[in-house]
Amino acid sequence: MSIPIFIAASLIKIVITIVILLTAVAYSVWLERKVVGHIQNRWGPTRVGPFGLLQPLADGVKFLVKEDLTPPHVYKPLYIAAPMIAVTFALTSIAVVPIGNPVTIGSYAVPLQITDLNVGLLVILGVTSLGVYGVALSGWSSNSKYSLLGGLRASAQMVSYEIALGLSLIGVLIAAGSFSLREIVDAQGGHFWGIIPRWNIFHGQIIAFFIYLTAAYAETNRIPFDLPEAETELVAGYHTEYSAMKFAMFFMAEYANMITVACLATLLFLGGWHGPLFGPPILQALLPVFWFGVKVFVFMFIYIWVRGTLPRFRYDQLMAFGWKFLLPLAIANLVITAAVTVAW
Amino acid sequence: MIPLSYYLVLGGILFACGVAGFLIKRNIITIFMSIELMLNGVNLSFVAFAAHWHALSGQVFVFFVMVVAAAEAAVGLAIIIAVYRTRETLNVDQVNLLKL
Amino acid sequence: MLHLILFTGFGLVCVAGAVNLLVQRHPINSALSLVVVMGALAAEYLLLGAEFVAAVQVIVYAGAVMVLFVFVIMLLNAGEEERTQGSRVALLLGVPGLVVGSLLIAWVLIHRSGTEAVRVGALPGYPKAIAQLLFHDFLLPFEVTSILVLIAIMGAVVLAAKPSQVQQGKKEG
Repeated sequence: MSIPIFIAASLIKIVITIVILLTAVAYSVWLERKVVGHIQNRWGPTRVGPFGLLQPLADGVKFLVKEDLTPPHVYKPLYIAAPMIAVTFALTSIAVVPIGNPVTIGSYAVPLQITDLNVGLLVILGVTSLGVYGVALSGWSSNSKYSLLGGLRASAQMVSYEIALGLSLIGVLIAAGSFSLREIVDAQGGHFWGIIPRWNIFHGQIIAFFIYLTAAYAETNRIPFDLPEAETELVAGYHTEYSAMKFAMFFMAEYANMITVACLATLLFLGGWHGPLFGPPILQALLPVFWFGVKVFVFMFIYIWVRGTLPRFRYDQLMAFGWKFLLPLAIANLVITAAVTVAW
Repeated sequence: MIPLSYYLVLGGILFACGVAGFLIKRNIITIFMSIELMLNGVNLSFVAFAAHWHALSGQVFVFFVMVVAAAEAAVGLAIIIAVYRTRETLNVDQVNLLKL
Repeated sequence: MLHLILFTGFGLVCVAGAVNLLVQRHPINSALSLVVVMGALAAEYLLLGAEFVAAVQVIVYAGAVMVLFVFVIMLLNAGEEERTQGSRVALLLGVPGLVVGSLLIAWVLIHRSGTEAVRVGALPGYPKAIAQLLFHDFLLPFEVTSILVLIAIMGAVVLAAKPSQVQQGKKEG
């Protein structure tokens, strides 16, 4: 492809991806409120639109027209920049996530991915590491004790669990032989014994999957690891002093991180877009995207299900769990995977 | 196609800024960050020369520089915390006596 | 042409971040400018083809080492730098010295070195190739650096521990 066509295609893909991602963020909020409501034996939003489906729209309008209060005691430059940093990095990592087989439009084979980097997985890990800045800076710049404590706790937790997250992914890398997300999914094609698909979760990485799941809950500050933003402990943690649109940006960043983590789990452990293909060619081109969406939805549902069910860890229990249990387990998983791969 | 010297000049400017920061600034942590800036300038020269001589060892050496920089940052910041605890200041001009 | 535009763009961001580090009075602003410098340097590494090094630069340097700096600045919370006698002298001598030094370096490098050009992605630094080198030719330095990191961890924990804990140990021991 020549450069202008490449730039045009990339811009179109970026616009479509951002629109889909932001709509997914809004509706994952709706899904969470409905599911947690039903777990707690109540309805959740039902008034605004059928089944409360227009609730995210109402919430968006509320955030836009609410008074954006900047308290006088904050350190202004970082106070304004921190939510922007959080949202930027939350939305960036979706750029390397492929959602389906390359689609042939006209005479171009358009990969369903904004960029296919050789080191795509490392880019996602790097952007996750950079996301810590949004949390830490917002906690400090708010010049308030609840925010500072919440921000420090949240960033310490995120940095600690990044290690277990990264180590749990190395088993997948050994199996696939590449950092590129497309190649990792391609290595999970096919079946063995005819029925069981060669997804990494069935192919020896089940422990790595659970380590990844746990570390992902800690990375996105979700229950059972959400002490940094627990209402009964720290008012609202690092986003105590924020209102209206800035608070909405933190909210969006958290849910966008959840969706990115769900997409990554689908790609690395659940076989990406592989699933039964049937029907006419137009359907066969769209079915992989559908299977990808179904798997991401299942993962988000598990996220919300766990949120409604489990109590939260105390902070020292949380840090001890990450360093003393999860990290050795991830290293053991890596060593065993490497040994089995060499021996086989 | 860019001459190799452009990359080296950029690395040199970063190194010079690091040296200037080391000499000019009075806050211990900023001095430390100037050291990191110097190391980054050196890393750029390593990678540029690796591309020039087609030797991948240049890029491997950048790892070692990064690891050493990380270890040094950890220990140095611990020392800074210990100094702050006793002297109550981060200004190097005021940490000039062995005895308190 | 595009190579030159990208190189100059990211190079200007690097230099602007470095100068901002010198100019800012509050250390947190200097730390964030250093993060920007490291990000722009990662882009420069990508221009040279070192993709793995660029990713590791972002993950390790910008995402872990600088987070450590930001934590320490946030915890110690010492505020802006003061202007003292020594710092005025250093400024008067240092800034012209810096400019003269950089111009000297630039002139020497551009006029004396060979003008071989470096293409975009001149030496692709694939992870596999780097791993081959790292675990075969550079195995001993690799193992030594792992011991170095272990010693650094132990040293940092001991140095940053509260003095009361150490004295309790002395009283009991």
